[in-house]
Amino acid sequence: MTEAQDLSHFVRRPADGVAAMDLVVDGVTCGACIATIEKGLRRQAGVRGARVNLASRRVTVEWSEGALDAPVILERLEALGYPAYPFAAETVDSVEIQTERRLLRCLGVAAFGAMNVMLLSISLWAGADNDPNSATRDLFHWLSALVALPTAAYAGQPFFASAAKALRARSVNMDVPIALGVVLALGMSMLQTLAHERVAYFDSALMLMMFLLAGRYLDQRMRRRTRDFAVNLSAIRADRAIKLFDGGEARETPIAAIRPGDLVLVRAGERIAVDGAVEDGRSETDQSLVTGETAPVTVSPGAPVYAGTVNLTGALRVRVRSAASGTFLDEVNGLLAGAVEQRSSYVRLADRAARLYVPFVHAAALATFVGWLAHGAGWQQALLIAITVLIITCPCALGLAVPAVQAVAAGALFRRGVILHSGEALERLAEVGAVVFDKTGTLTEPRPTLANAADIAPDDLRLAGAVALSSKHPLAKAIVEAAGAKEPIAAEESPAEGVSAVWRGERLKLGSAAWCGAEVEAASVAAAWPDASLIVLRTPERAAVFAVHQGLRSDARAVVAEIAKRHEVEILSGDREPAVALVARELGVSRYEAGLKPADKIARLTALETAGRRPLMVGDGLNDAPALAAAHVSISPISAAHVAQAQADALFLGERLMPVADALRIAAKARRLMVENLWLSAVYNLIAVPLAVLGLVTPLIAALAMSGSSILVTLNALRARDSRGKGR
Amino acid sequence: MNVLVFLVPIALALGGLGLAAFLWALKNGQFDDLDGAAWRAISDDDLPEDERQ
Repeated sequence: MTEAQDLSHFVRRPADGVAAMDLVVDGVTCGACIATIEKGLRRQAGVRGARVNLASRRVTVEWSEGALDAPVILERLEALGYPAYPFAAETVDSVEIQTERRLLRCLGVAAFGAMNVMLLSISLWAGADNDPNSATRDLFHWLSALVALPTAAYAGQPFFASAAKALRARSVNMDVPIALGVVLALGMSMLQTLAHERVAYFDSALMLMMFLLAGRYLDQRMRRRTRDFAVNLSAIRADRAIKLFDGGEARETPIAAIRPGDLVLVRAGERIAVDGAVEDGRSETDQSLVTGETAPVTVSPGAPVYAGTVNLTGALRVRVRSAASGTFLDEVNGLLAGAVEQRSSYVRLADRAARLYVPFVHAAALATFVGWLAHGAGWQQALLIAITVLIITCPCALGLAVPAVQAVAAGALFRRGVILHSGEALERLAEVGAVVFDKTGTLTEPRPTLANAADIAPDDLRLAGAVALSSKHPLAKAIVEAAGAKEPIAAEESPAEGVSAVWRGERLKLGSAAWCGAEVEAASVAAAWPDASLIVLRTPERAAVFAVHQGLRSDARAVVAEIAKRHEVEILSGDREPAVALVARELGVSRYEAGLKPADKIARLTALETAGRRPLMVGDGLNDAPALAAAHVSISPISAAHVAQAQADALFLGERLMPVADALRIAAKARRLMVENLWLSAVYNLIAVPLAVLGLVTPLIAALAMSGSSILVTLNALRARDSRGKGR
Repeated sequence: MNVLVFLVPIALALGGLGLAAFLWALKNGQFDDLDGAAWRAISDDDLPEDERQ
């Protein structure tokens, strides 16, 4: 990159005279990397400090303002072997970080309170409460109240706020019985203490809050980790463009700083980062990410180009229409809006459980109160027992059951290269009946490879590789790779046609069949490789035809076969019929449709949904984005277009397709464990509630039952780790 | 039972100390990078050159 970079967009000023920048660093994996990066940066004159965060793969660098330019830091990191990408860091007061910290603070406070109150309670259970008029017992109750009331007032806020919100909206969520249970338990315990009674539930109330906060925190932390990852990803893939200023100066500028109407330069071989129209220049573009069509499209002045396409052969100057990569065709956006709206009506497992659970708890408590009154108990005793029922049914295990499984399963998926966008994705994945694959870039590798290497003379391959080195065309890169070429033959590139060179006095051409005058030879190769693009090497005596295609991912066949054991598999592609048919035959998939438009894909997905087979859509293209949003659940490869990634529920990394099968398997297992955990909680209630209704539960039993069931569901959740396939 | 006059405040104070330490650590960003902290502990950067193996 020779253009100066304009990074001012990313530089913060945390203090006077200090500048700072946050960078995502590629390839930081261990302690050695931390030392290399931090020491390497500190050695740079002007740098005040550098701090690596290994968990989030980020570096924060601070330097004295004016002492050096921001791009120097990027160069320095590049020289150390760690390519870095600046991003606009979330400020510490962003909602997500605030929520997470608040939950952790609440958890800490609740744990402190619960421990101290438990200390006092255990002393009482150990014997101090046997004496009917014990002053020590009263003292301990007062002390417990002193700790428990402020603790609950502080640590209970997340529940109280959420319950109040639900009640204002005239609905109930899980937080309503929790808040009610806590408040009633504390209130009743206060009354008991004032009346010098024996029974108080300060410890139960706090322990309940502590377990529930642990569940909440796990949930929130998972949400934030996936978000962090998404931010890293967009920083790494981001998008810079070479902006042409009026004076003729060219500067590499982050896409966020580019406005409609600007002029940008796109060189051959680069990904176009903006939507716009060609101002001047001719080239071919690879629009497969947009349309799914693998054949290159020729563009000339006036033609529209879209973000995400690759400029293949010539330099283009593009007038920007919109720089944000999300704003593609109106049609796509319209479809997206509809599809997303439809999906938000999904009800999560935990919420469904809560809807069944809340009326049950309240009815049970009320029935207990009325029953004991009718039985002749005083209203105070009846109330005490009714509140015990509320406490004992409070969903300790229920609040942990789902988040704990989610956290463990998300960790297991992460190790296998699958990143979930939401916890909900796990539940949706478990319900899938049919798996729908896009072809280009999903079943096939994102980059093209040479298909017919076996049919080509080694000399021709070597020669073609050497010539291809001077071209930036992705098809040429495939030949270079296949030939392992290192030493280039000087060649001249003719946009949209190919490259020509003179070698040992002979004129060589490498390019399209028509340009090289080799249509006859090409026709027979095209018949053998219907999905391939052809490149011809023309020497004065002969012509060699190279078929370059996007081959199947190395494990595609095995993965599709494994998925087909439990699900229907289908291929929906925007590509030509012969290419799709070939892939389908090779994978043993009998259902496929080719030449589909985004709306056709959605129609097919809706048909599957109506037929009761909820579809998982696996796709990467811009043309898949609406389908990804419309499907019951969706997965994209990391190489996918931005819009597609934004719509997908999960992303998978790497060249292999196995993560898709892993995701389906782990999700199914996680779902099973969630249901198991909910049943465990239900069984616990079935045993504990009758005891509570009969008035047999003491604070000691409540404490044991509550912690016992919580530990049980947590241990059960750990089984979601899925040891199968480790070390692959 | 007079010993309670000392023991209970001491127990509460110790618990409170733990809580204060936790809140301080949280505010200080000690929990921001749990993976990195594990590696930093075994890095021998703080030793003089000749003691490193």
